[in-house]
Amino acid sequence: MFEPRIVAFVCNWCTYTGADLAGTSRLPMATNVRIVRLPCTGRIDPLFIVKAFERGADGVIVSGCHPGDCHYSEGNYHARRRFRLFKELMDFTGIDSDRVTFSWVSASQGQKWADVVNGTTERIRALGPFEGYPGSEEVA
Amino acid sequence: MARIGVFVCHCGENIARTVDCAAVAGSVADHPSVVCSVDYKYMCSDPGQNLVKDAITEHGLDGVVVAACSPHMHLKTFRRAASNAGLNAYLVEMANIREQCAWIHPRTPETTVKATDLVRAMVEKVKQNVPLEPIRIPVTPTALVIGGGIAGIQAALDIAEAGRDVIIVEKEPSLGGHMSQLSETFPTLDCSQCILTPRMVDAYQHPRIKLYTYSEVEKLEGYIGNFEVTIRKKGRSVDIDTCTGCGACMEVCPSKKALDEFDMGLRTRTAVYTPFPQAVPNKPVIDREHCLHYKAEARAIARGKPVKAVCQKCAKACAADAISFDGGDELIKEKVGAVVVATGFQLYSVAKDQPEPYLEGYGEYGYGADPDIVDGLQFERLASASGPTGGKILCPSNGQAPKTIVFIQCTGSRDPAKGIEYCSGVCCMYTAKHAMLYQHSVHGGRAVVFYMDIRATGKGYDAFTRRAAEESGAEYVRGRVSAIYRADGKLVVKGVDTLGGEPMTVQADMVVLATAIRPQPGIKELAQKLSISYDQHGFLNEAHPKLRPVETNTAGIFLAGCSQAPRDIPDSVAMASATAAKVLALFSRSEMEREPQVAKVDQATCSGCFHCERACAYGAVEHLEVKDRRGNVLRVVAQINPGVCQGCGTCAANCPSKSIELDGFTDAQVFASIQALSL
Repeated sequence: MFEPRIVAFVCNWCTYTGADLAGTSRLPMATNVRIVRLPCTGRIDPLFIVKAFERGADGVIVSGCHPGDCHYSEGNYHARRRFRLFKELMDFTGIDSDRVTFSWVSASQGQKWADVVNGTTERIRALGPFEGYPGSEEVA
Repeated sequence: MARIGVFVCHCGENIARTVDCAAVAGSVADHPSVVCSVDYKYMCSDPGQNLVKDAITEHGLDGVVVAACSPHMHLKTFRRAASNAGLNAYLVEMANIREQCAWIHPRTPETTVKATDLVRAMVEKVKQNVPLEPIRIPVTPTALVIGGGIAGIQAALDIAEAGRDVIIVEKEPSLGGHMSQLSETFPTLDCSQCILTPRMVDAYQHPRIKLYTYSEVEKLEGYIGNFEVTIRKKGRSVDIDTCTGCGACMEVCPSKKALDEFDMGLRTRTAVYTPFPQAVPNKPVIDREHCLHYKAEARAIARGKPVKAVCQKCAKACAADAISFDGGDELIKEKVGAVVVATGFQLYSVAKDQPEPYLEGYGEYGYGADPDIVDGLQFERLASASGPTGGKILCPSNGQAPKTIVFIQCTGSRDPAKGIEYCSGVCCMYTAKHAMLYQHSVHGGRAVVFYMDIRATGKGYDAFTRRAAEESGAEYVRGRVSAIYRADGKLVVKGVDTLGGEPMTVQADMVVLATAIRPQPGIKELAQKLSISYDQHGFLNEAHPKLRPVETNTAGIFLAGCSQAPRDIPDSVAMASATAAKVLALFSRSEMEREPQVAKVDQATCSGCFHCERACAYGAVEHLEVKDRRGNVLRVVAQINPGVCQGCGTCAANCPSKSIELDGFTDAQVFASIQALSL
């Protein structure tokens, strides 16, 4: 069975803490997701996502505090605007936008984080390995 | 070449049960930058920490990765240990192989592979780490308190008693706020002014408290520990230093039609006035909107004619020569280190005209236009010994004691149809108090209280509401009132008794509406001046609803009383003392230390587009002029004030020229992690 490699960019305050809670609650989930901790979703440059695919990831998760709950008041709003636009650009650059999950997971939503991880893993597994950008020969 | 140490923790069996810790340590030992890689049963224990410290010295490490629990748990522990061993604390990172690996996966080779990947990613990140030093910021140990009501007074007195200077800015001519208008207070029925006015005098006379009444905050610049506030001292026309407070001016003032704000419009006052007899400072002020001289002056200016002295009887009557019509507003700058916002509340009005588009008045109550329909604060003035009726509860329309009175709770509150869904918190209690005061004042009178629920959660509160209903004899009716209109000289109150399941009509002489508590008018403008946030109703946002209830998201700015949410007096006072404790903690050292996770601008590549400025929720981005040798401005670039920056990194991701880096999470650090994790 194809085991996808998924990189998750999450904020320190909500989703990272939610992922910790999933651990404290011993919620089983797929081993395919590796987390990169950032202070805020507002810190996530769309280039991070492009870079992850370029380096071999098959899927990406971006997750932070729910709208209105941002630790930094409004970083997640900036992120939301940025990724709405970025999703449109992804298809243009040749990345199936289904390979990226955007979600809001709060510090109390351990189960939701497990669902996001398992759901994304299933979806990427069905999509198969990321074959690189069309027309690009550098990336396998 | 980097010299990195890796320390893999078993966490007893917590990690080791599913992750092969020795294999993780073994496989990263091959990494060219890793010079030592060990596993140990309890890395956070004393021997575990010593293992790290010894390795730092022995191997001359320039980076440490501890693979253990969540960094939220022990990053500080290991950073402190490294620091004690002489390694910069910010060269330590943690790989989370417990919460985010061992605890959520079974014991399979994949779990160990994932743990190894997480460690490798941190090794790559640490290679990009640079030593950072905590940011030290000088602190001006003076507090600014905005609002001189009970919350502001309490905060100011607590701070001043601890030996720190305080500046109070109060927009009204006197200290006291709404509490000074109250007749008695629940649940003790003691006189409000009797407990408040000594505090007002204490604040006025305290050597460490500087008081600006009839003044407002014009501007706040700077950041925690280093604010500069500009205070607009409104033209008072009465010099409070020379005025003796004799009151001769008020006796001669011919302009007597201004509605008295303190008595909630229930009587009129002169244009030169002292808001109430116990005012602090007890010195009058000239209300320029109603003063004949200032009215004539405004007319003359509008018509382009010369300004002539009109009336000025007060100035002639003033033996101390304290009145002058020359002065205008004055702007004063003060340096402060912390700000307490205690701006209080206003009552929702049932009138047709509403200050916010989402609010609606009560057409079914005739928009409260009938003089015998009053709100809670007006009833307080009617019940107060210092009020317009000398403490006798009389109908404003005819001066007769109301034989039947109806109290309607939750007018506006908990009524999403009118725009406010929240509970105002104090109305159940003050309505019970009003019913009791009424029964004490009008013997044999009938008091009917319409309520939704009784929320009496404070100490002694439930007993108090029960006393109102069971001993004072107020009729408590659970239900809403659908209409109030006047017929045959009576106010007809049509409601429903939902427990009895019947409609109910009361022929009343007076109706008291327990209208909702709303934040002060102008709160949003003030919040913008202070760069703090507010909710959809205009109440100021606390940094965390449970764990940081008196702090805002802007460091150095604190909240007390009704500025944050509806509060009663005990809660406002408790909250004010809490802010004082926070302020005093900040003032306890001459310099404060902050985590160095802040953004930095590369001024060589910054194009000065200021996308970062629009992205920053804290106003941390400043404009820096780059000048040549002659002092000509070549260009303007962004500069981030490390005292204000909270380290979210939104500016860094927004910067089109990639000229901003967030220390601790630089592009190089993040890309290094991504590279290791994606392979």
